Amino acid sequence: MKRKWKSGLILGLSLVLTIMLSACGASKGGTQADGSSAAGSKDVELLNVSYDPTRELYEAYNKAFAAHWEKEKGQKVTIKQSHGGSGKQSRSVQDGLDADVVTLALGYDIDALQDKGLVKEGWQDKYEHNSSPYTSTIVLLVRKGNPKGIKDWDDLVRGDVQVITPNPKTSGGARWNYLAAWAYALKKNNNDEAKAQQFVQELYKHVPVLDSGARGATTTFVERGIGDVLIAWENEALLSVKELGADKFDIVYPSISILAEPPVAIVDKVVDKKGTREVADAYLKYLYSEEGQTIAAENYYRPTLDSVKAKFKDQFPKMELVTLKDVFGTWKETQQKHFSDKGIFDQIYVPGS
Amino acid sequence: MSQVQATRKRVLPGFGLTMGYSVLYLSLVVLVPLSALLLNSTGLTWEKFWDVATDVRVLASYKVSFLCAAAAALVDLFLGLLIAWVLVRYEFPGKRIFDAVIDLPFALPTAVAGVALTALYAQNGWIGSLFEPLGWKMAYSQTGITLALMFIGIPFVVRTVQPVLEEMDKGEEEVAATLGAGRWRTFRSVILPELIPPLLTGFALAFARGIGEYGSVVFISGNMPMKTEIAPLLIMSKLEQNDYAGATAVALMLLVISFVLLFVINSIQRWSRRRAF
Repeated sequence: MKRKWKSGLILGLSLVLTIMLSACGASKGGTQADGSSAAGSKDVELLNVSYDPTRELYEAYNKAFAAHWEKEKGQKVTIKQSHGGSGKQSRSVQDGLDADVVTLALGYDIDALQDKGLVKEGWQDKYEHNSSPYTSTIVLLVRKGNPKGIKDWDDLVRGDVQVITPNPKTSGGARWNYLAAWAYALKKNNNDEAKAQQFVQELYKHVPVLDSGARGATTTFVERGIGDVLIAWENEALLSVKELGADKFDIVYPSISILAEPPVAIVDKVVDKKGTREVADAYLKYLYSEEGQTIAAENYYRPTLDSVKAKFKDQFPKMELVTLKDVFGTWKETQQKHFSDKGIFDQIYVPGS
Repeated sequence: MSQVQATRKRVLPGFGLTMGYSVLYLSLVVLVPLSALLLNSTGLTWEKFWDVATDVRVLASYKVSFLCAAAAALVDLFLGLLIAWVLVRYEFPGKRIFDAVIDLPFALPTAVAGVALTALYAQNGWIGSLFEPLGWKMAYSQTGITLALMFIGIPFVVRTVQPVLEEMDKGEEEVAATLGAGRWRTFRSVILPELIPPLLTGFALAFARGIGEYGSVVFISGNMPMKTEIAPLLIMSKLEQNDYAGATAVALMLLVISFVLLFVINSIQRWSRRRAF
C-alpha cells in the first residue's frame, strides 16, 4: 500500500516536472518580446519580419528610425529583424511569430496573412504606391563583355544560351522573373496568351538548374560558373556587381520588364495585442521619408520619392516597366493561373505538353 | 504478500514507471507530431488526396528519391563494411582521427554538406572538372543526388557494423583456418553471416535517411522537375503555396512507402539473425 502511494507520487512529480519544462521552453521561445518591453515601461520593441535580400537595408534603416523616433517622441525603440524566404516568413507569422510589421517580396504572402485574419482587408491601399515604399525590377546579369551578346529577352531562348533562374514554386522572387518574361512576350505578340506561354516554356527549356531560392541561383551563376545569363532582381544584380567586382559581370537592361513591388503591412492582430500600432505605423511611414528613401536607394532598391529618385538617377536607368496590376491583375489570380499546382508553370514540365 | 508477487513477476523493478515514461516521451516526440500530420491532410477528400499524391510530377519525384536513396545506401553498404573492417582489423597512424571523422556527416548541417559537395562536383569544381570532359555530369544530376546521400548515410553503416566486428570471436576464424579454410572461405562462411544483421540495419538506416534528406540535396540536384526533383522539395514547394493539405498528402505517401520498405528490411534482418545464431 505504502509503495503504491510512493510510486504514484513519483509519477505525479515527474509529470509536473515535464509540463514545467515544456512550459519553460515555450515561454523562452515565444514571448521574449513581451518580457523585455515590460522591463522598461517606456521602451518599445518591434519585430520586422522580412525576406532575405533586405537584411542590409533594414539594418541601416532600423538605426535611422530609432534615432528619428527618439527625437520625435523621446521613446526608445528597438527593432528586431527576421529574414528568410518570403513564403517561409509569411508562414512563420501565420503560425504565431509575433511580427508587428511584415515587409515581404510578394503581395501574395501578405494576402495569406489576411486570409488567416492577421492583417485587415485593404492593407495594400493603406500606404502609398500599393504599400510598396521602394521597388525593384528584373534585369539580366551576364558575364563580363557579354560573350553571348545578350541584349533582350529574345536572346535567352536562342541556340545554346543557358539561363539561370530559381524555381518560381519555391522562390517568391523567381515569380517576378517568370512574370517579367511573360509580360515581355505578351507585349511582343500583341497580347497573345498562347504565344506568351510558348515563349516562357521555351525559356525554361534553357534553364539547366532550378535552384530553390534566389541567393542559391546567384551562387550557381557566380561561383559555379554555370549558365550565360542570370535573371535577377536589380538590387541583387547591383549588389553582385559591387561585391564581386565590376570586372566580372555586366548588367543588361531588357527593353521591357516588370515593376517588382515588395509590399509592407502592419500585422493588425499583433500590434493590437501588444499595443504597438502607433510606432509600427510610424515605422512603415518613415520608409517613405527622404531619409528612408535614401537608405533604400543606397541598398539598390528603386526609391518612389521624386527628390531621391532624381539624386540616384544614374544608378537606376530608365526602363519601360509594367505593373502586376496592369498585366496580370491581383496576386491571387496570378498565383492561381501560373504557379498553383497544375498551373501553367507545372504544365511546362509535364511531358507531352 | 502482494509485494513479493510483484517483484517475482519481473526481473527488473519499476516497469510501470519506465513504461509510462517511455510512452509519454514517445508520444510527445513521435506519435503526436505524426498524428498532427495525419490530421493536416484530412482537409482533403480521399480522391483529392490520391490525385495530389499520384500526380505525374510527384510520382517522378518519388522515383528519384527512392532510387537515389537505395543506390546510395547500397554503395554505403560496401563502403561502410570496408571502412569498418579497416578500422577494426588494422593499426595505422592517425586511426583515431580517421575514426572520429566518420561521425562528422552526423554533426554537419546538411545544407553545408550540400554546398561543399556542389562546389566540388560542379562543372568547374575540383572533381567535377575531371569528369566533365568524359561527358559525365556529376552535380545537377541523379549522380549528384546519390553522392550527397552517400555522404549523409555512410556513418550509419560503419557505426552499426563496427561494434559487431570488434566483438567477433577470433577463435572461430582460427578454427576455420585449422580446418583448412582459406581467407576468402573464412570470410564468406564464418564472418559474413554474423555481419549480415548489422549490415542490413545500417542499410535500412542509410536508406531511410536518404529518402527524407532535403538540405544537402537541393543544392546539388539542380531541382529539375521530372528529372532531379526529390519528393521533399515538392513538399516544400507546396508549403510555399500555403497548401498544407497537399504537402502532408505527399509526405504521408512518402511515409507509408518508407514504412513498408523498412518493415520488409526489418523482417529480412530478423529472419537472418535467427539463422545466424
